[in-house]
Amino acid sequence: MQTHRLSSSGTFRFALLYALLFGLAALLLFGGLYWSTAALIERQVADTVAAELRALSDRYRSEGMSGLQLAIEQRSAAGADPESVYLLADAGLQPLAGNLRNWPEEAVPDGSWVQLQLYRRDQEGGPVLVGARAFHLPNGSRLLVGRDMEARRHFQTTLLRNLAITLGLTLVIGLAGGFLVSRRLLRRVDAVTETSRRIMDGDLTQRVPLDRSGDELDRLAESLNRMLERIEALMNGMRLVTDSLAHDLRSPLTRLKGRIELTLLGPDDPEAYRQALEQALAEIDIIQSTFNALLAIAEAESGASRTRLEALALDEMVTDVAELYSPVVEEAGLTLEVGTLEPVHVMGHRQLLAQALANLIDNAVKYAGDGGRVELALACTDGQAELTVRDHGPGIPEEARQRVLERFVRLDAARSLPGSGLGLSLVAAVARLHGSDLRLEAAEPGLRVCWTFPLAPS
Amino acid sequence: MRVLVVEDDEKTADYMVKGLSEAGHVVDRAGDGHEGLFLASEGAYDAIVLDRMLPKLDGLGVLQALRAAKVETPVLILSALAQVDDRVAGLRAGGDDYLTKPFAFSELMARLEVLVRRSNAPAVETRLTVGDLEMDLLARRVTRAGRGIDLQPREFRLLEYLMRHAGQTVTRTMLLEAVWDYHFDPQTNVIDVHISRLRQKIDKGFERPLLHTVRGAGYALRADA
Repeated sequence: MQTHRLSSSGTFRFALLYALLFGLAALLLFGGLYWSTAALIERQVADTVAAELRALSDRYRSEGMSGLQLAIEQRSAAGADPESVYLLADAGLQPLAGNLRNWPEEAVPDGSWVQLQLYRRDQEGGPVLVGARAFHLPNGSRLLVGRDMEARRHFQTTLLRNLAITLGLTLVIGLAGGFLVSRRLLRRVDAVTETSRRIMDGDLTQRVPLDRSGDELDRLAESLNRMLERIEALMNGMRLVTDSLAHDLRSPLTRLKGRIELTLLGPDDPEAYRQALEQALAEIDIIQSTFNALLAIAEAESGASRTRLEALALDEMVTDVAELYSPVVEEAGLTLEVGTLEPVHVMGHRQLLAQALANLIDNAVKYAGDGGRVELALACTDGQAELTVRDHGPGIPEEARQRVLERFVRLDAARSLPGSGLGLSLVAAVARLHGSDLRLEAAEPGLRVCWTFPLAPS
Repeated sequence: MRVLVVEDDEKTADYMVKGLSEAGHVVDRAGDGHEGLFLASEGAYDAIVLDRMLPKLDGLGVLQALRAAKVETPVLILSALAQVDDRVAGLRAGGDDYLTKPFAFSELMARLEVLVRRSNAPAVETRLTVGDLEMDLLARRVTRAGRGIDLQPREFRLLEYLMRHAGQTVTRTMLLEAVWDYHFDPQTNVIDVHISRLRQKIDKGFERPLLHTVRGAGYALRADA
């Protein structure tokens, strides 16, 4: 954490706010404690004084002035409660008994509670703080009864000082705690910032580090990572499309260009021109169909079509496509056998699904060999719809099965047959779009394509 | 017929105007959305060929404005956007047909003629006739020269489409779209195989064939030679 960032740093501001709140809470708590303690002490003093007064007035009533004087002398003698303060004075304010030096001028004899600084007769030094009440007695003399509050004041001061120290410590702890907590949090935010900066610099493989705590920041990092994965997948898909375009369109374009150039170099013959143009058109048709297949794959892979998935009857679609393709299959000397089609609904993109199934049938026809059968079936098991397309051809060797789902992969045996090598990769892309599972299995003989879909919610 | 071509690419527009004129149609052209909308609003055309990506006002914008102004001229949308969803968007905006670039001129011509004919056709028909071939749409029965012809449901729809567009050229993609409602490139001769089966049923044993192959374009059902 550099200094120039300190004031603008979230950590600093967070820690400060944290410490302030912490301190404010401590201040309220300790302040309350202090004031209630002080009030309690004062009430205790007043209660004690009131009790003393009751006892003394009883004595006065029963034994008169001399009894009162005696009682006060006893109570203020050395060895008695040192905190009690008494003064009995005559009408001329001359002290008669008690442990105060003289009658204080501020003490109005009306029975109200007062706090006074008084000089005690039995103690040297300065005045002490006393809480007291003063009265007129019926014979004109005056009585003051009080409590020395010096010890209590001392206790209060100590309490206040200790509270202040504690408050200071609390603030320091709050500041440090806030700093540590926020630094931990913000360091993780910094990690996200750092990752996104590196991604902006072009490294799409970067991921936000996770701490597996499952808290909010971790969840944020996780969903950021998922988003990044999706973006990376899309970018890779895009790159694959451009690579594929270059790969598969370059050669037919080269052929086309060569053919046109050769024709122009040749004799000025309308028939030759016508022929060349027709061949060029045929070449363009091939380019166009490759292009269409690539775009369909890109459409399926971009996931943009996911929004257009709708509940559709898969069995009806299979019947439809089978009906469309069965004449082609028969033309090729094969038979298309549609087995049991259980009625199931899946969330699907009708056009892309039909095209994918058409590609599977087309593939089966191409590789099934002579006189074979192509079998279609649709079953509903374990809450899944399973579509199978099976041929009786040579099949695909196990090690190559995954590879044929990739773009432009054509096994050597297939090189002599027409086709772009995109048929199965479109199927694979459509399968991914539908969140479905596509497996190629050996059917001994032949290839079985098992395609399982989750059922549409009913 | 009078056709308005709204296309900003000069070469493509030249090519369409030339082709349509040679086929005997009157063609006007507009190079951007505003001009296209202005010309089309007069409503004097039998069909409009509308490119989707245009300067000033895009094709779908033109189309929506036209439909909002109750101009019901059939519109064929031309687009470089080939995805199924783009197509759906085009048709939802009020387009009557959608053709992806690059296209064959024969495909454009065939689709335009079907569009124009369709907008003039009577709404409800119960009986279609081409030469001695008759189709009863209510009883779902087909006869040729009084002899009953047994057709599968899909063959019936295929023949119905051909009969409704008798005398016109229909392309393979038009058939795949209209009869099967699929918009993908089947990459095989599926349609040809279906046509040849239908041909077996309706033409075999008759002296004059009705179902003709139009070279380089598609098929046409017609009674004359």
